[in-house]
Amino acid sequence: MSRSNRVPYEAPTDDGRFGDYGGRFVAETLIHALDELTRLYASVSRDSAFQAALARELKDYVGRPTPLYRADRLTEHAGGARIYLKREDLNHTGAHKINNTVGQAMLASRMGKTRLIAETGAGQHGVATATVAARLGLECRVYMGSEDIARQSINVYRMKLLGAEVAPVNAGSRTLKDAMNEAMRDWVTNVDNTHYIIGSVAGPHPYPMLVRDFQAVIGNEAKEQCLAAEGRLPDLLVACVGGGSNAMGLFYPFVDDDGVDIVGVEAGGEGLGTGRHAAPLNAGTPGVLHGSRTYLMDDESGQIAETHSISAGLDYPGVGPEHAFWKDLGRARYASVTDDEALAAFRVLNQTEGIMPALESSHAVAWTLREAARRPREDIILVNLSGRGDKDIHTVAAIDGIEV
Amino acid sequence: MSRLAKRFASLARDGRKALNTYIVAGDPVPEATVPAMHALVAGGADLIELGVPFSDPEAEGPTIQAGIERALAHGVTLGDVMDMVSAFRRDDRDTPVVLMGYLNPFLRMGYEDFCTQAVAADVDGVIVVNLPPEEAGTFQEALRSRHMDLVLLVAPTTTAERAAYIAGQGSGFLYYVSYKGVTGARHADAADVAKRLTGIRAVAGGLPVLVGFGIKDGASAAAIAPHADGVVVGSALVDTMGSTPVAGIGNRLKAQVRDIRDALD
Ligand SMILES: Cc1ncc(COP(=O)(O)O)c(C=O)c1O
Repeated sequence: MSRSNRVPYEAPTDDGRFGDYGGRFVAETLIHALDELTRLYASVSRDSAFQAALARELKDYVGRPTPLYRADRLTEHAGGARIYLKREDLNHTGAHKINNTVGQAMLASRMGKTRLIAETGAGQHGVATATVAARLGLECRVYMGSEDIARQSINVYRMKLLGAEVAPVNAGSRTLKDAMNEAMRDWVTNVDNTHYIIGSVAGPHPYPMLVRDFQAVIGNEAKEQCLAAEGRLPDLLVACVGGGSNAMGLFYPFVDDDGVDIVGVEAGGEGLGTGRHAAPLNAGTPGVLHGSRTYLMDDESGQIAETHSISAGLDYPGVGPEHAFWKDLGRARYASVTDDEALAAFRVLNQTEGIMPALESSHAVAWTLREAARRPREDIILVNLSGRGDKDIHTVAAIDGIEV
Repeated sequence: MSRLAKRFASLARDGRKALNTYIVAGDPVPEATVPAMHALVAGGADLIELGVPFSDPEAEGPTIQAGIERALAHGVTLGDVMDMVSAFRRDDRDTPVVLMGYLNPFLRMGYEDFCTQAVAADVDGVIVVNLPPEEAGTFQEALRSRHMDLVLLVAPTTTAERAAYIAGQGSGFLYYVSYKGVTGARHADAADVAKRLTGIRAVAGGLPVLVGFGIKDGASAAAIAPHADGVVVGSALVDTMGSTPVAGIGNRLKAQVRDIRDALD
């Protein structure tokens, strides 16, 4: 179908559906808060003063635009297509997460909420939430699985320095999904004065939509920057997928650009065949968790499976519903790389470009290295480098047998 | 007439309040459930809400979470829960049993398969915590075509207009959640509940309204009951299930329910 007569992509529907996915599968107590958030978001979307204030925040506080960097030595190492990195690691606090927390904090202020809560896996979203809470003088509580507290200790301390309370979660697999359960329980209890800043394009409507929109600044900038640098759009976009916010932020502005291929990279853990991974789009089935219908890792009786990834930010059994929709539509493909491949890519990027990626982002780099080698030199691959890797130094050092 | 409708009609005739009791199926061991259900009835329960274990019970407080974990440690599935209801039915044809849980296990089994098995097991209805009426369409049709009820919840944050909509969508009874929060976290505030229930009962169209969350004993049940058609007791019973040697569960549950029954009557 030619682009000119194709209907532009539009999702979700008013009730939050992306095809068969998404929706609002929550306890009745939360419906009112979700309605309020949906209404407010619709009004600020049309409010040019709000949009201008958000743009100012992103420029002056977050440090946007982030560069689109041509990684020549990485390209040479892979031996094929030209690789560009969208440097979300250079944002204030070191990852893309703050694009969303700045926006949601503005919504929280408009609603007169005095308290912010968040779930976090790698700690980047927790840090980004604690940061905006400090800036606005709001109370902040971040839920984090005790397993993640152990492996992301630097970010835990950062959150405390920012004045946030970090609440350890000992239930279930003690990772991101359990932190999200506990954050939902807090929200049900304190919904009058509290805004829940969900950190990815997951959760009940309107979260997948509004987090996508706040993160779309990544793709909008990248598109302009690629046109300026190369005079054309990239051939391929690559991003890692945990809940899917950095990926959707890059991908969404390109959805109607049919010539641009899109690949999301999930955490293959110890390999898809071992069951020890976090790749629901590759190896899961549709189900309902945390407010939306989407691909999940569960067992045959519907219990949510325990996941594994070396990267805390990808260690989650679900995924944003819009990615589920895009998978079924065929608008994006979803691949996976293992822990070992991600680690190798972490080292390669350090040593070829002097850039230390987060272990999450290293998954996108790892798959790109494989794919670039198969593509001609004229091709352009644009990779979202979602965050920096300082938080992961302990994990990598432990693997190297070094105590830091 | 459905078993739930029959039970509420006879309660109304006698001028009594409904006592609905919740335990988690398979807690603390699968063999304990059917005897525990009979003990609830022997103590004076009018309805049984049987919790379907789920790995991520996002609206439950620590007590019920712990009960669910004890059941999951034995790998209790939705299919097992229905087997328990079948076994209960061998000795009790009259007490309505409603399954309460989260959507994913029902979805994974498939609504049609679930309904077929639920009819065979004589299950009377379901309550799905994370299934508001807007999302319930397909499941509700499947249930309705087998004459099973989908019990819906109304919360303190639900607007009056929405409460009327929910009442129109639900069947069996309407479940009013007494406070904002997770199960077992607080005491139900009788004054708050009374204020809200007048409006809700006015739009309920004759559907009985039961109040749950924060009702732990005879005193709290008796404080809430005058404003409603009945009460739901959960965390307090699950606490007993977890803290009592299996052999002693029956007697303790029966005595605990008897206390609440006496306070209600
Ligand atoms: C640097 C980084 N990238 C990616 C992710 C994964 O989240 P998402 O898939 O929503 O971008 C995280 C989450 O913690 C992260 O910290």
